Amino acid sequence: MEHYLSIIVKAIFIENLALAFFLGMCTFLAVSKNVKTALGLGIAVIVIQGITVPINNLIYQYLLSPGALSWTGDDRLSEQDLMFVGLISYIGVIAAMVQILEMTLDRFFPRLYNSLGIFLPLITVNCAILGGTLIMVERGMAFDDSVAFGVGSGFGWAMAIVALAGIREKMSYSNVPDGLKGLGITFIVVGLMSLAFQAFSGIKL
Amino acid sequence: MADKTAKQVLFDPLINDNPIALQVLGLCSALAVTVKLETSLVMALAVTLVTGCSGAAIGLINQAIPHKIRIIVQMTVIASLVIAVDQLLQAFAFSVSQKLSVFVGLIITNCIVMGRAEAFAMKNGPWMSFLDGIGNGLGYSMILILVGFIRELFGSGKLLGYTILHPVTDGGWYVSNGLLLISPSAFVLIGLIIWVIRTMKPEQVGR
Repeated sequence: MEHYLSIIVKAIFIENLALAFFLGMCTFLAVSKNVKTALGLGIAVIVIQGITVPINNLIYQYLLSPGALSWTGDDRLSEQDLMFVGLISYIGVIAAMVQILEMTLDRFFPRLYNSLGIFLPLITVNCAILGGTLIMVERGMAFDDSVAFGVGSGFGWAMAIVALAGIREKMSYSNVPDGLKGLGITFIVVGLMSLAFQAFSGIKL
Repeated sequence: MADKTAKQVLFDPLINDNPIALQVLGLCSALAVTVKLETSLVMALAVTLVTGCSGAAIGLINQAIPHKIRIIVQMTVIASLVIAVDQLLQAFAFSVSQKLSVFVGLIITNCIVMGRAEAFAMKNGPWMSFLDGIGNGLGYSMILILVGFIRELFGSGKLLGYTILHPVTDGGWYVSNGLLLISPSAFVLIGLIIWVIRTMKPEQVGR
């Protein structure tokens, strides 16, 4: 149990996808104007990340990595190294999962579906999702670890975007130099936030 | 867009319509790879190549793509190009490819590529889309190289691995700025670059 807890805490704070790895920045800056939409997007990311990272982990372990096809019992198949189609299959899984989740929510949870609205399809192109998968592959995680990592990293991203949205809401009352208004000052705020998150990097778990 | 000349399509994204500073596209990879000039250069080259080629490819087939599944089609085209780039890098520049790690793969979800495919290549022919892709790639490269240049020069006193400012640790005079070596500085630098661009071009303010 402690093992999974430490993976989750690590993914949320020390290796925060948004503030330590700078993934999902485009949506991070574009959809953080108010807390409510940021929260909706954050929840959608947690769900998708929690599903796609483990699924891609299975695909990696049993289809793509060198010698992964040995469960078929066929010698020629088990020699194959299919890593080069990795990217295209991961993004396919992500796009498909987003579509499936969209349809499921629409059918069974229409209220949640309506509140998420446009954010669901947007998630396909969110680099945080593909990034999470690629990090998982690079570290060669086991299946159960990848579940914890997926949920944790999704949660970390959601937390970061809600925090930024909160700051930006407050910031609309402050007096910013003309040229820095909007995007410029947001960049600097994110810079300071991630500077704060650097403080976690010394923690060893 | 139809009345734009080829020259405008190619050079507008450099300053007037910069993908990073104005369109807020493609930030994800812009920040993490800029600690050294070398990685910034390779990344800039890879992105420009992919954006240009995907623009051309999608411009070529845009009449044949059904509207509903266009995202998947674009993704497939882009992902294939990125795989090609990734394999090339692993074959010819292995050490750089190691340093860039996941960020080469992330070109797929780099919003510049998708964004330009969606906004421009779907409506224009292959040649113009190619120019548009290259132009946006260059706009991206410009910011990336600028940030990489500042961070490597003032962060470690080197450029492309050669010592320019002799650091104190080796008995020289330059006290290197450690802040620039950690990634948050990239945000602040881009924020300042945006400030400069918007001071020169006040009509961009507030978007």
